[in-house]
Amino acid sequence: MYDMNRVESAVTQDEIKISAHNVQVYYGEKQAIKDVNVEILDKTVTAFIGPSGCGKSTFLRCINRMNDTIPVARIEGEIRLDGEDIYDRRVDPVQLRARVGMVFQKPNPFPKSIFDNVAYGPRIHGLARNRAELDEIVEKSLRGAALWNEVKDRLQEPGTGLSGGQQQRLCIARAVATAPEVLLMDEPCSALDPIATGQVEELIEQLRADFSVVIVTHSMQQAARVSQKTAFFHLGNLVEYGETDDIFTKPKDSRTEAYISGRIG
Amino acid sequence: MTDATANHAPEARTRSSLLEQDERTRRRNASEKRFRTYGAVAICLAIAALVMLLTSVLGNGTSAFFQTYAKIEVTLDPEVLDPKGNRDPAEMSKVTTIGYGNLMKKAFPASLQAAGVSTEGIDDKEVGAMLSKEAPAQLRNRVLANPDMLGETIQFWALANGRIDGYLKGRVSMASAERDGNVSPEQLQLADRMRASDMLEKRFNWDFITFPDASELRPEAAGLGVAIVGSAYMMLIVLFLALPIGVAASIYLEEFAPQNRLTDLIEVNISNLAAVPSIVFGILGLAVFINYAGLPASAPIVGGLVLTLMTLPTIIISTRAALKAVPPSIRDAALGVGASKMQSVFHHVLPLALPGILTGTILGLAQALGETAPLLLIGMVAFVRDYPSWPVDGFFEPASALPVQVYNFTTRGDPAFVERASGAIIVLLIFLLCMNLLAIYLRRKFERRW
Amino acid sequence: MNIGLILLFVIGLGAIGYVLGRRRALASVSGDPRKLHSLPSQYGQSVFLYTLVPALLLLVVWLVAEPRLIDSQVRGIVAESGTSGAELDLKMADVGRISQGLGELISSSAITEEQLANMRADVDDVRGRLAEIGVAVGADIEPAVLEAAKRSRDLSGSSALLRSLLVIAAALAGMAFALRRITPEFRARNVSEAVVKALLMGSSLVAILTTVGIVLSLVFETVHFFQLYAAKDFFLSLTWNPQFRGGSDLGLWPLIWGTLYISFIALLVAVPIGLLAAIYLAEYASKRVRSIAKPLIEILAGIPTIVYGLFALITVGPMLRDYFAQPLGLGNSSSSVMTAGLVMGIMLIPFVSSLSDDIINSVPQSLRDGSYGLGATKSESIKQVILPAALPGVVGAVLLAASRAIGETMIVVMGAGASAKLSLNPFEAMTTVTVKIVSQLTGDTEFASPETLVAFALGLTLFVFTLGLNVLALYIVRKYREQYE
Repeated sequence: MYDMNRVESAVTQDEIKISAHNVQVYYGEKQAIKDVNVEILDKTVTAFIGPSGCGKSTFLRCINRMNDTIPVARIEGEIRLDGEDIYDRRVDPVQLRARVGMVFQKPNPFPKSIFDNVAYGPRIHGLARNRAELDEIVEKSLRGAALWNEVKDRLQEPGTGLSGGQQQRLCIARAVATAPEVLLMDEPCSALDPIATGQVEELIEQLRADFSVVIVTHSMQQAARVSQKTAFFHLGNLVEYGETDDIFTKPKDSRTEAYISGRIG
Repeated sequence: MTDATANHAPEARTRSSLLEQDERTRRRNASEKRFRTYGAVAICLAIAALVMLLTSVLGNGTSAFFQTYAKIEVTLDPEVLDPKGNRDPAEMSKVTTIGYGNLMKKAFPASLQAAGVSTEGIDDKEVGAMLSKEAPAQLRNRVLANPDMLGETIQFWALANGRIDGYLKGRVSMASAERDGNVSPEQLQLADRMRASDMLEKRFNWDFITFPDASELRPEAAGLGVAIVGSAYMMLIVLFLALPIGVAASIYLEEFAPQNRLTDLIEVNISNLAAVPSIVFGILGLAVFINYAGLPASAPIVGGLVLTLMTLPTIIISTRAALKAVPPSIRDAALGVGASKMQSVFHHVLPLALPGILTGTILGLAQALGETAPLLLIGMVAFVRDYPSWPVDGFFEPASALPVQVYNFTTRGDPAFVERASGAIIVLLIFLLCMNLLAIYLRRKFERRW
Repeated sequence: MNIGLILLFVIGLGAIGYVLGRRRALASVSGDPRKLHSLPSQYGQSVFLYTLVPALLLLVVWLVAEPRLIDSQVRGIVAESGTSGAELDLKMADVGRISQGLGELISSSAITEEQLANMRADVDDVRGRLAEIGVAVGADIEPAVLEAAKRSRDLSGSSALLRSLLVIAAALAGMAFALRRITPEFRARNVSEAVVKALLMGSSLVAILTTVGIVLSLVFETVHFFQLYAAKDFFLSLTWNPQFRGGSDLGLWPLIWGTLYISFIALLVAVPIGLLAAIYLAEYASKRVRSIAKPLIEILAGIPTIVYGLFALITVGPMLRDYFAQPLGLGNSSSSVMTAGLVMGIMLIPFVSSLSDDIINSVPQSLRDGSYGLGATKSESIKQVILPAALPGVVGAVLLAASRAIGETMIVVMGAGASAKLSLNPFEAMTTVTVKIVSQLTGDTEFASPETLVAFALGLTLFVFTLGLNVLALYIVRKYREQYE
């Protein structure tokens, strides 16, 4: 798998999807992110790694303005999606989040049926003109999340009744169903067992064909397995950003080296 | 994983700039705003209801604390008031209010004339009717308290009749007096003249708080004294019964009770009792305490017992919460130095939980103080004019209670009682406010974070 | 010796026991407390408890049993004169009043014990003498009743004497027993702790006793009622028309209808406002707004219902009549279903909103994040994710509110009116179960008549109704809480 990544990373398009400049994030008095500059490419898996509390999840949540829901959070600097500043006054976070989907650490299916879980996004964004189209979107999304075969006979059963790995793939299907351009994943495998983790990782690999995927992970092995680009965060700073291979084999910064060799973190 | 290979994500929509809102987003944001407005409106409605409720009560009730009095120069004729002439209050009390009433009937028109207020077009009987029927009793009490006044001519502020009082408070008008058998426009005109020469004025009415209830015909003399005493007695009973029983039950359930059927049964009972309608407790009081145990009706003891049973679940629930909030490490520390379970609870856990227990108890008492329905059933609606004696005997004598007194006032015909009822509620709310403030103060002062 | 004095005396004995116990324990080890098993004060405590607890228990049991025993003794005398059933109950009530009156006559020294013993109903004007001290007896007093009253007074007199003696004897016996047990090896702490624990447990049993008391008093008198009035008529008749002279129609349905109608209107007011207010406070309001609005709404919950009743009577009722009912030609009554329902709705707002607030806050944040992350607006998340997730809890809250509404008394007594009818017009006065419980039990009818006893049947109906709603609601809420724990 590792080899395959290397081959594929060569064909990655170099179109910049998201660019961040001098991003600072404050939680009240405390500064959580300092001066982050990064450019995230389209159709690429980008991994954010670093010790816990380093700000990687915080930064991820800035990309679709999920931090807006935390009253004390304050963001400075700019983040551009396709060249447009997402923190512009005119931008509606609701519209932004339709284009930048998110999958969370813990599987959080709504207490509704599997079908309604996936159809939730298309319904609120009005993506389907009729029931047939909605059915189609749901099926496509579930197939896209590699879950269709397992659930096609029980679409009306509650999503909360699935196993952990299935729930997380359902959440991915739910995110995919709104047809986003970017998919943010906040430690999507941390609550899963190894087998489910393997399935989700395989899925991420396939999702790359259609989306720009940004994944936060605390597992260096996972970052190495699934990503082409890796960013290492430490104490709110983006320490090093580059090709995954380079980060893991020849890190430029001593802190990165210390982290990947297990001395900090 | 075969099904994943062939497909792609659903077709992306035509991409638009993030900087412009599309039609659908606008619609969704509008509906968002609407929904938010509904919420804000709901809050405003709730607060508006509170404001209306309080203004209605305050608006109607504040006037109850002011009462109209008429100034009379009255000569206390010893011939009439102390026929035996030995100034012995016991002997003098044989002279009833009728005797004093006759005295006042003569003195009132006379003092009007002396002050130069014309009583033209109105006979002495109607002039006399402008005073309260309670006024002679007022005078009598004053004389009996101080027999040496006999023979002197004293200045006396006598309670005015409820209608005259209503005229000064805007409740009675010339137009309504035309239709009213109890007051005539001439009397009101005389009242105007008396006011002009300072013989009639509204004064702060302490009697409203200290007087007992008065009959239907003399709203101006009706007070809350007996009701306040009755309520206070009941609160004492509730405090002395509900607090120890409630705390003991909570300690047992929280610290000692084994996990078994009996404990479950007790828990279920407590949570259900907390939701039983209060009137059912009234039925319980009537059937058990009055009919079975033979306790006297209308007595604070019965009311206190009923309210105790009603308040117990509240006190138990809050006490258990307070005990639960004491961290287990405190218990472990006490047990670790060789204290028995009982000692750890009584020496360490209970003192730490005390502020929480007191807060809960005060709130439970406040709830009990405002409770009306069960007291109606155990006869506290009775018309009681005599103050009960001091505890413990007083617990067994008839009394009223503040909220019941409010209800009592509302059942009377004279509109002057509306003001009395609202005024009584103000007194009740002041008590409740004080209790709640005390509870908040205790909570703030002793609040502890572990 | 009255009960207060006995109590004081027994407590005094207990205090003496404490001192003696402590002293005896110390004396048994010649003043060296280290040789004792427990602290000296714990020996004192054990004596104190042994003195007090059995004596007080005896007193309580005596007080509970005494009225019944005397009643059964005296009842025989009256029954011998050939009365039975409801008439007997009436006469027994007279007996109670007369014997009390006789006691007062003696204590005000209007008559002597000797005169009383010779007093005869057919000769002396007993009724007149009783009336002098304010004890009114309805009919002329029959000889059997007077005899019964005298006997009842004698019995309670000798019972009181016996009671004092036995209680004090029990206290002394307990003290002697406990003192004799004191030796250095005696485990005083364990003993006194066991007693205290039993007392704690006894206190918690008060809850069960209360429930038993409620159920027994309701069931007992309801059975009594159904002996006098056919159950079929009570449950099936559509008219409620009590008469002073018997022959009443006591059909339950008009009352149930009024109760449900008013509760329905109250919920119609309280649920939308309470729920929306809770949503606004939980999801939208800034900290500042929340810290002001929440306590203000909670004040509504702390206001006694009598205040709401007065509000209905003097403000809301006349307002509805003048601005709605009369212009629309729907009625002229200021007390109406609408008045009571509206005011009760206001009373229930804080109840619904604080329960809903708890429930909405217990929906996990991850669900909100999931919804926002998909680009849902707040209101979409609330309506389509949070509320459906919180639905069982909210339903439970509404059921609890409904049970409150059904059991509410003062607002309906003062706001709804007293006429029992089956009508749809909300501006008409109607009445409820609770109103009729109050009016039937505070009225002037004889206690043993169906018109009064019906109140117990109504009370039982109310109790069963609200209990069912509460149990159901608590069950739903508990299930809901488990879902997210």
